[in-house]
Amino acid sequence: MHPETSPPVSPEAPRRGFLAKALALGCGGLATLAPLGAGVWAILDPLRRTSGAAAFRPVTDLAAVPADGVPRRFAVVADRVDAWTGFAAEPVGAVYLRREPGSDTVQALSATCPHAGCFVEMNATGTCFRCPCHNSAFTFDGGIVEPSPSPRPMDGLECRVAEGGAVEVKWENFYTGIAAKVARP
Amino acid sequence: MSTPTGTPPSHRGPLRRLADFLDDRTGYRSIVHEALYERVPGGARWRYVWGSTLVFAFMTQVITGLFLWASYSASAQTAWESVHYIQHDMAGGWLLRGIHHVMAQAMVVLLALHLLQVVIDGAYRAPREVNFWLGLVLMLIVLGMALTGYLLPWDQKGYWATRVATNLAGLVPLVGPALQQLVVGGPDYGHHTLTRFFALHAGFLPATLVLMLVVHLALFRRHGLHAKQPPAGPDAMFWPDQVLKDAVAMLAVMAVVLGVILVPALRTMAAGGTVDWGHVGAELGAPADPSQPYAAARPEWYFLFLFQFLKVFEGWGATGEFVGAIVVPGVIMAVMFLMPIVGRWNLGHRFNVAFTFALLAGVGLLTGLALHEDYYALWVDRGSLADAERLFAETGGDERKIAAALGGDRARIAAMEKRLRTLEKVRNSEAFLAAVRQARIDAARASELALRPERIPPAGALELVRQDPATQGPRLFAQHCGSCHAHVDPASPDAATILAKSSAANLHGFGTAAWMTGLLDPNQVAGPAYFGNTAHADGDMVGFVQGDLQDAEAWTPADTQAVIAAMASESGLGVAAPDVVARGRELVASDERCGSCHRFRDNGTELGTACDLTGWGSREWLAGIIADPTHERFYGASNDRMPSFGKAADGGAPQLTSEQIGMLADWLRGEWYRKGGGAHR
Ligand code: HEM
Ligand code: FES
Repeated sequence: MHPETSPPVSPEAPRRGFLAKALALGCGGLATLAPLGAGVWAILDPLRRTSGAAAFRPVTDLAAVPADGVPRRFAVVADRVDAWTGFAAEPVGAVYLRREPGSDTVQALSATCPHAGCFVEMNATGTCFRCPCHNSAFTFDGGIVEPSPSPRPMDGLECRVAEGGAVEVKWENFYTGIAAKVARP
Repeated sequence: MSTPTGTPPSHRGPLRRLADFLDDRTGYRSIVHEALYERVPGGARWRYVWGSTLVFAFMTQVITGLFLWASYSASAQTAWESVHYIQHDMAGGWLLRGIHHVMAQAMVVLLALHLLQVVIDGAYRAPREVNFWLGLVLMLIVLGMALTGYLLPWDQKGYWATRVATNLAGLVPLVGPALQQLVVGGPDYGHHTLTRFFALHAGFLPATLVLMLVVHLALFRRHGLHAKQPPAGPDAMFWPDQVLKDAVAMLAVMAVVLGVILVPALRTMAAGGTVDWGHVGAELGAPADPSQPYAAARPEWYFLFLFQFLKVFEGWGATGEFVGAIVVPGVIMAVMFLMPIVGRWNLGHRFNVAFTFALLAGVGLLTGLALHEDYYALWVDRGSLADAERLFAETGGDERKIAAALGGDRARIAAMEKRLRTLEKVRNSEAFLAAVRQARIDAARASELALRPERIPPAGALELVRQDPATQGPRLFAQHCGSCHAHVDPASPDAATILAKSSAANLHGFGTAAWMTGLLDPNQVAGPAYFGNTAHADGDMVGFVQGDLQDAEAWTPADTQAVIAAMASESGLGVAAPDVVARGRELVASDERCGSCHRFRDNGTELGTACDLTGWGSREWLAGIIADPTHERFYGASNDRMPSFGKAADGGAPQLTSEQIGMLADWLRGEWYRKGGGAHR
């Protein structure tokens, strides 16, 4: 409609008009704040979540890790909670284990690529690691083969051999894409 | 109009220049102007706010609904679980869900007020007929969203209410059954019921609503506001005068909604209690379970009138439901759609107003009746009906017997019949209230289980509930054991009445030292809590307790205490000093004491005379006797009436599965998950 049809303007009208406008915006804004605020509060909830403290998990027996320096892949099994669902003893990731000839020390590497998180595999000839996503290559002890999109070597995981020969790995996830190896909370 | 021409563009601030740029390219200033500077004939009024509050309520639902969507998962194994997670785990989830839940109810109230205002003011008259019809369609869509939303948490409440609603849809002539199957997503309720209801709730219905709303508002603008006559004052502008009133009303609506959510919590805080925010806001029942009766099933309060209305046609069978659920509401909607036409005449308008008031009064009355019926027992003192109750118990409700008992006195018979009807109403109401209490208990228990550190198994929360001794134990007991056995704390005030009705031992605390103490008490062993009402009332055990055991020289009180300690340690439910237990075990095993009849561990007593006391009251022992009391380990041939629940009658399945028997044993032993890992009992 047209401003010409507006009612006659009294002298104090502009100030009253300003007050009314401010009040209207204030009330409307306040009323909308409740659903919006509740929504934003709830949607930020994932920021409070952590995947729990890293812990040693039995992965295999020492005998199953070939003593020829060539890595072999093993699943890491752990209890896992996904929001409301609890999974008992589920595969949660994979590690490569290797040991040098004659050695009882096991080296563990996470199979997660430090570049952007793809699953690192063995190359076709079995001579080194290769990531299928952007071709990062790594030596068997995890070192970078240049040129490499990956900013750092494969992530080593703490590993120990318990009495009785169970190989236990401290399972952790790390931020990808950065040069530093930083564990996710 | 507002482009400032006085200052050269180079002297304007950057914000102003951006605004100018945008206005130049989009012309937004005139659009905003058009939207805000609508003339309100006769000045701004409170009575015009209802439409705006409805738009605001809808916007609130869209905002909270979208955020809920970000965490909701529509499937039979995840709907309840995800809603529970929103409610109990997510920061602020309770508030988000609470607002969506309560605003949905507020929206229904606002719809009624908006409709009332439009009809009273005759705002449906030419040229606004089409807009009135659009409004009615909008109302139906909102009701549809309320109905579909109610199912989404997939709890007992929503599940059973929706089953009723969809079954009623099946009554529509010709297409009914197909319609029902389409809405339900198949012949049974499950994943696709949820995905379809969710798509309706958050997709089809709101999209349609928005389209209609846009047209509704455009037409509203085209026609201008229908002013209430006579005008209250000079014309005013929509902005800011009416907008201010609208905004205040919106704030008030939101304040009421937040009040409904928060006041109970604030009360708790004021009383010095701690608030569990997971229980603030919208309720969440136990997970939907098609195998579990739910006597507390009611639609949400704003549909209660329909529920009650259907009762009017009780006894008419399917025809009654068809008339009540489809024909009458259809006729009412038809009358409402005809209002703009009927309202062309002054008398017609009066009819419309009267009809609307009558409708709302009818809805209010039916709602009141429904609540009155359900909560009747809260305001009728059952004690005042004691005479009717006694007469009913004596006559079994038989009319002729009642007449005879009252000496054939017509007036007294009529008065008594009235009292008997009142009694029945009280009983029905008590049953409903008990069902509501039980529903709360089940809901709280399901939630407690869902919050265990192991969380919910992939099969869903129903699995947890179905395997929970605390939930299933009482149900299984009531169904299979309760017709003979009592399960009542002897110290409770109604223990005596309950025990008097039982015909087998009271199993409350079975396996504990307290239970054993009562068994070895000569005043109790032949009483109703033990063998009193069984074939063993004059058996050897009663004879032993009342005879041998009373010989204070042969059996010192210390001996008896040692036996009790030993037995409670067999079940694992009692703790006592090891030397006392060892002494007790010797006594139990001795062939001059219990061992003369009972086998105990390796005492070599033949089975067949009395039950084997080895592991008495343990889970294994209890499961064994429930499965087969006629086994020689237990009562053998002298078993008195107790069925063998774990034994299949030829070819059939046993009455109880081994899991169910295990749950009964666990429940009797007081063994189930407790928050914080509390000990037994
Ligand atoms: C675009 C708009 C909407 C979206 C995206 C939406 C989304 C949702 C979602 C995801 C739920 C499940 C979460 C839960 O049950 O707590 C839900 C529940 C519900 N919705 Fe909506 N909704 C919308 C609009 C509405 C409207 C307009 C109404 C009512 C008139 C409504 C009434 C309900 C009700 C009654 C529930 C059940 C709440 C409860 O008690 O748990 N919704 N909605
Ligand atoms: S993710 Fe492995 S190379 Fe990019």
